[in-house]
Amino acid sequence: MSAPGLRVGRPIGRVRRRPAERPGGLRSAGIVVGLLLLLPLGFLVFEAAGAGGGTIAHLIFRSFTGTLLWNTVRLTVVVTLLCAVLGTGAAWLVECTDLPGRRIWAVLVVVPLAIPDFVVSFGWASLSTWVAGFRGAVLVMTLAVYPLVYLPVAASLRNADPGQEEVARSLGVGRLRTFWRVTLAQARLAILGGCVLVALVILAEYGAFEILGYQTFTTEIFTENNNFDVPAACALALVLVVLGLVVLSGEGLIRGRGRVSRSGPGARRLAPRRRLGRATVPALAGLAALVGLALGVPVSTSVYWLFEGGRHSLEGASLLDAAWHTALYGVSAGLLATLLALPVALLAVRHPTPAHRLLERGTFVVLAVPGVIVGLSFSYFTERYAGGFLYQSTPLLVLAYAILFFPLALAGVRASVAQAPPAIEEVARSLGLGRLAVLRRVTLPLIAPGLAAAFSLVFLSVVTELTATLMLLPTGVQTLATQFWAYQQNLSYGQAAPFALVMIGVAAVPSYVLGRYFDRLPARATVPT
Amino acid sequence: MLGRSTGVRTGRRRVLLVVVVLGGSVLSACGGVGGTAALTLYSGQHEQTTQALVSGFEKATGIQVAVRYDDEDTLANQIVTEGAHSPADIIYTENSPALEYLQERHLLSPVEPSTLARTPARFDSPEGDWVGVSARVSVLVYNPRLIGRSRLPTTVLAMADPRYRGKLALAPGETDFQPIVTSVDRTDGRAATLRWLAGLKANAEGHLYPDNETITDEVNRGAVAFGVINQYYWYRLRAEIGASNMHSSLAYFAPGDPGYVIDVSGAAVLRSSKHQASAQRFLAFLVSPRGQELIAHSDSFEYTIASGVRADDGETPFDRLRPNRIGVPALGDGSTAIGLLRQAGLL
Repeated sequence: MSAPGLRVGRPIGRVRRRPAERPGGLRSAGIVVGLLLLLPLGFLVFEAAGAGGGTIAHLIFRSFTGTLLWNTVRLTVVVTLLCAVLGTGAAWLVECTDLPGRRIWAVLVVVPLAIPDFVVSFGWASLSTWVAGFRGAVLVMTLAVYPLVYLPVAASLRNADPGQEEVARSLGVGRLRTFWRVTLAQARLAILGGCVLVALVILAEYGAFEILGYQTFTTEIFTENNNFDVPAACALALVLVVLGLVVLSGEGLIRGRGRVSRSGPGARRLAPRRRLGRATVPALAGLAALVGLALGVPVSTSVYWLFEGGRHSLEGASLLDAAWHTALYGVSAGLLATLLALPVALLAVRHPTPAHRLLERGTFVVLAVPGVIVGLSFSYFTERYAGGFLYQSTPLLVLAYAILFFPLALAGVRASVAQAPPAIEEVARSLGLGRLAVLRRVTLPLIAPGLAAAFSLVFLSVVTELTATLMLLPTGVQTLATQFWAYQQNLSYGQAAPFALVMIGVAAVPSYVLGRYFDRLPARATVPT
Repeated sequence: MLGRSTGVRTGRRRVLLVVVVLGGSVLSACGGVGGTAALTLYSGQHEQTTQALVSGFEKATGIQVAVRYDDEDTLANQIVTEGAHSPADIIYTENSPALEYLQERHLLSPVEPSTLARTPARFDSPEGDWVGVSARVSVLVYNPRLIGRSRLPTTVLAMADPRYRGKLALAPGETDFQPIVTSVDRTDGRAATLRWLAGLKANAEGHLYPDNETITDEVNRGAVAFGVINQYYWYRLRAEIGASNMHSSLAYFAPGDPGYVIDVSGAAVLRSSKHQASAQRFLAFLVSPRGQELIAHSDSFEYTIASGVRADDGETPFDRLRPNRIGVPALGDGSTAIGLLRQAGLL
């Protein structure tokens, strides 16, 4: 088993099992990380136990939960399917065909990841009243998160073995069937991994749905918390965690035991690109429409409000100040989360015992826990057990971010660790290097791209995080997201717009890094014969 | 790979440098923020109003105030969680229930009598733990293109009538809505209130919004015909987008209707505050003629209720309103309303 998402292929040839070296230090580090990640879940259980089983059951089994369940599940299913189709289609066009301008498309298709979901939502909602409720949520979330499928699928297609398609064709299998049974089958794990990320992100999304007026578990958890009812919020959050577990175990079941491998060891052969021919124009139009909707609408509505936003009545934090704090938190949390993910990834890949795999898989549940619950649990623990020490301070906020986005960091680091051949480390060990020196001089440089990807994903997410930030931010400080939110809530669209644009600008940098990371993998040959 | 060790090493040094610089800035940031402020204010009031009042207070007294903005309920909850360690000295809210909630938990200090005396007693805490600062009234906002004025309900109870199906906007999670539910419950009893809420739920399907700002905006945009808000949201939207972009109007319920409710915005000093004296000075400033003038001339569009200051901004004058008689004590901490909303499946 492995981390969903960001799968970048498997090591070539058979991986030689090392004689078990005892990972004592790693294991203690892993246990510490596991305990940290348990904090929010522990809080949920504490609160639920405090309220009593009867109360919790009453809160969970009311008719309203049914409405929320239906809203949440149908949205998750529809958006995940749409993202799977759009993400895979775009990846196939960019990676496997002779589409003109594919390098530019490869960047444009990923950039929507840099636009906060609530900015996409704001852009669309301010455009037309049609974008509301279920259809609004489907539209906005699909456009906001499909790159989570695109990225791993593009990497996987690029890495795929052309021999298998050729064998299928030579055995008389038609083009469509080959595409379905071989090409897609090879990308299956990547598609599935991307879909899991999409589903978990939708479960925990708040800002976008709040703007669209669509009720899910997460928006209601927020409302319950606002109604002085922490136990009710926790009861709903428990249901959400169960949904997250269902998604994860569902992925485990579908993934099954099938393996994707290359037909032979040695250097990768580049597959020929498929000629689009007469399909070129529709393909270009489709991609242009996707990018126009996902990127063009939020950016242009923000620019529109920048100039048309009316009188400025509010005096908020300065752009520079908010951008500085956002960058500070993003970079710190990115480093911390990557650092925490390293031991877990090494344990899961190099010492794959059932316990280590459970640790690795289990951490993904955190993605389904809404930020507001993580925020609550941190207030709760620092106030109850630490006398308010570090409460509403920068270090605590950074730690909360690192926990909240740990799974994203793990996904990035793990993919890289899986690709780094242990043999090189063994050689270094046999040449007399100590264990730490090997980590520093061999392993870390080998997995550096994965670390950069992990850092970038966490940075991106911190820039756009809202609910935990509102709760744990030091008093008097604003981030780009919270200041945007304050203006947006106040209907001061003109003042909100520059914050949206700077947020997009700041987040575009790591998106570019992510794009480059996947671009490092060898590409298919540009037009053969 | 080993041959590249020098490159790796400089790279590592660079990383180390970044970590040190960042670590330093993190530490300095957490030492610096709030370090100069003598008072910490948790504000659920609108930022414009709060900003005007805080800078007026800072100018008048030289006491610096750090402000934390959030929904009043979130802040009240936060104060309960924080308990004796709360960093907050003062809480300032849009509605009385959040203050009543804290008062019931004995988390507030008594307000100085001279401060309470500035506001009519019916707008203060019955126990004297918080002071009323300003007031608002619930009204109908409607889009004349979608519904004629004569077809609007004159009583809040009629909003549940099936003829308004698909026309009603509702924000069940909005704190401003709870006083109306409490008021209907007090006039008509529990069973009738639940039937009424079920009717509202059916009528507002597809138009459930998070707050009054959104209701005002959606009605104004023509996404939905009408809804109940507090009057000042309409004036604030007009100030924000300009009178030429206003496609909606306000209408009042019949005199004394249970939906015609005055909401009081108030402030209190926390019992856990270590700055009782300066925190009390802040409350005194809020209801002083200077503080009330600031509210009257800001973009708040709330009614001033203390020190005899009256705003003159074209709204229906406060003493011409004919609201329901329900007072602050009957509105309570909002828990009755929340229970009813939950039972009706709106929460």
